Amino acid sequence: MVGLTTSAATLALGGGALIGLAAAALLLLNGRILGVSGILNGVLDRAAWPGRTAERGDIDWRIALLVGVVVGAGVAGWASGAPAPRTGFPGWALAVAGLLVGAGTRLGSGCTSGHGICGIARLSPRSIVATAVFMATGFATVYLLRHVLGALA
Amino acid sequence: MNGDHDARDHAPHHRAGLWPAFAAGLVGLLFGAGLALGGMTDARVVLGFLDLAGTWDPRLLLVMGGGLAVTALGVRLAERRGRPFLADHLQLPTARDLDAKLIGGAALFGVGWGVAGYCPGPGLAALAINPGEALVFVPALLAGSWLAKRSAR
Repeated sequence: MVGLTTSAATLALGGGALIGLAAAALLLLNGRILGVSGILNGVLDRAAWPGRTAERGDIDWRIALLVGVVVGAGVAGWASGAPAPRTGFPGWALAVAGLLVGAGTRLGSGCTSGHGICGIARLSPRSIVATAVFMATGFATVYLLRHVLGALA
Repeated sequence: MNGDHDARDHAPHHRAGLWPAFAAGLVGLLFGAGLALGGMTDARVVLGFLDLAGTWDPRLLLVMGGGLAVTALGVRLAERRGRPFLADHLQLPTARDLDAKLIGGAALFGVGWGVAGYCPGPGLAALAINPGEALVFVPALLAGSWLAKRSAR
């Protein structure tokens, strides 16, 4: 069963096109791949291991982009009348999820944006494999939680 | 006396001044807006996509499709042009190996994604959309990434 209105589908395609425009612009302007985990890790590593990682000039654009993501999402969400946010989701599950997503994207060198959009658009074999793997374990995890354990639904 | 010469020798890295950060900020705004319009900042929509056995929500697929199409075009343009507008050269990933680190990392990431419905981009965007959740998820994400990097050293 599929549940979706035409306007939600159009917004999803349009939102995807905006994401693509952002990725294309970062490549054409700054020569960089738009991968949120990698961009964030550049800032984290600079803070955690100062002097041993990226040069100074490599940090400003990362921070500007990350701040832009938060502000852009906040403004667009407000302007488009996004539904009220999820409530009651357990904090322990958010913490476990964060640890796994942080460790997994570091070890796997990318996330949904870097591998799933930029990497596949470049036809990178690593990104195609990584995307297939994180989609598969994502599907399996939700199936297990919702339909076997009856948890977090 | 050599100070000025040294500064000039390093100048190419900073030639574009503040423009790369300004461009990256605009890119972040576009990216965040695209996420929000496509429904990706709502973890329920993402979990709805990952729940193949439930009321399947195809929006994530539409967002990826729209994003891939535009990004692929941008990749073509950037590679044909060679040099980015605001940087000395394109910085594309060079790794080729389909190794255990890539696959294991992607697998862990997918599990975390399936637990809470956040990948790194929407997780950060949640600071504006659902701060109660993001204030747990984002620090955990940073901790996971830090731990994975530290243990891999």
